[in-house]
Amino acid sequence: MNEPVNNDHGIVLTEAQKRARRSRSIAIAVSLAALIVLFYVMTLVKGPIVLVRPL
Amino acid sequence: MSLISERADFRGPIAEPSLATVGDYIALLKPRVMSLVVFTALVGLAVAPGSIHPLTGFTALLCIAVGAGASGALNMWYDADVDALMARTARRPVPSGQVQPGEALAFGLTLSVFSVVVLGLLVNLLSAAMLAFTIFFYVVVYTMWLKRSTRQNIVIGGAAGAFPPMIGWAAVTGSVSFEPFLLFLIIFMWTPPHFWALAICRTEDYARAGIPMMPVVSGDAVTRRQILIYTLLLVPVGIAPWPFGYAGPLYGIVAVVTGAIMLWLAVQVLRERRPVDRASKQLFAFSILYLFLLFAVLLVERGWGGLIARLAA
Repeated sequence: MNEPVNNDHGIVLTEAQKRARRSRSIAIAVSLAALIVLFYVMTLVKGPIVLVRPL
Repeated sequence: MSLISERADFRGPIAEPSLATVGDYIALLKPRVMSLVVFTALVGLAVAPGSIHPLTGFTALLCIAVGAGASGALNMWYDADVDALMARTARRPVPSGQVQPGEALAFGLTLSVFSVVVLGLLVNLLSAAMLAFTIFFYVVVYTMWLKRSTRQNIVIGGAAGAFPPMIGWAAVTGSVSFEPFLLFLIIFMWTPPHFWALAICRTEDYARAGIPMMPVVSGDAVTRRQILIYTLLLVPVGIAPWPFGYAGPLYGIVAVVTGAIMLWLAVQVLRERRPVDRASKQLFAFSILYLFLLFAVLLVERGWGGLIARLAA
C-alpha cells in the first residue's frame, strides 16, 4: 500500500514513510551522540580552561 | 468523519507525512559548496600564527562546515519558488517535494544555532560571532534581499563565501589581521567572474525565474566586460600574498601562471557572443581550479608544516 490512510486512529504511515522516518531518527541519534562525544573529549582536552573563552 | 479530516476540510489539506531521507537533508547542506568552504577555512586555520589543539581545530572546521550547510538549507527554503523554475535547481529537495519547506527551515535554523553555540563554547567567541554574521549575511542580506533586487547580487553577496578563511584564522588567533583579509579579498574578487561565467550559460534560466543576474538585466556584452574587469582586479589580488611576504616563490609562480590563464580565458569570454558559451564554461570550470590551486599551494607552503607540528605536539 502506497497511500497513507486516514481513519479514526489518525494518519497511518506507509512502509516508505516509516523507513524514511526511521532513517531520519537514526541520523538524529547519531548526530546527538557525536555531539556528546565531542563535548566530552573537548572537555578532557581543554581541562579547566574549557570555562575560559577568550575573544 | 474523523477530527483530522474535519480539520482538513476547514484549513486545507494536511501535509503528507514526510518521505525525506537522510540523503535529502544532506543535499540541503549543499555539500559541494560546503567542501570549498571547509577547504578555505582549513587554509585560514593552518596559516594562522600560534597554536591550536588538533581537536579544537577539527571542532572549528566542523562548526564552520555545519554553519555553511545551515546557510544552504535556509537558502533552499527561501528560494524554493525560484529554484523550481530553473533547470539547474529544480531537482533540489524542497522544489522537488522531497523535503517540506517547514522542515528545511527548521533544519537550517537548528544547525545555525548549534554551529554558532558550539563554536563559541569550544573554540572562541570571535570566530562564533563571525560565523553567525556569515550565516546572517548569506541568508538575509544575499538570499532574501540582494539576490532578487540587484544585478550586483553576487558581488556583494560574495562576501559570505569569502569569510571562512577569516573564521579559521580567528579560531586560532582570536583576532583578525591583514593576512586573512587578503584571503577574504581573493575569494571576494573571484566570485563575480566565477558566477557571471555560469550566469552567461544559464541566462534563460535566471530570466525565467526573474532573478536580476547581470546577463539578464544588463545584457551579454556588459557581463562579459564586467567579467574581464573583475578578473583584472582578481589576478593582482591573487598574487598579493607573495610580495607581501605571506607566501613563498612557489605560490608566486602558481598565482602568476594561473592568473594569466584566468585573464586569457576572460579575454576569450569577451570575444565570444551569444549563443556561443564555450569560453564561459571553460572560465567557470577553470575558476574553481584557480581558487583551489591558490589555497592548496598556500596550505602546502605555509600551513602544512604548521599542521604537522601541531599534530605531533
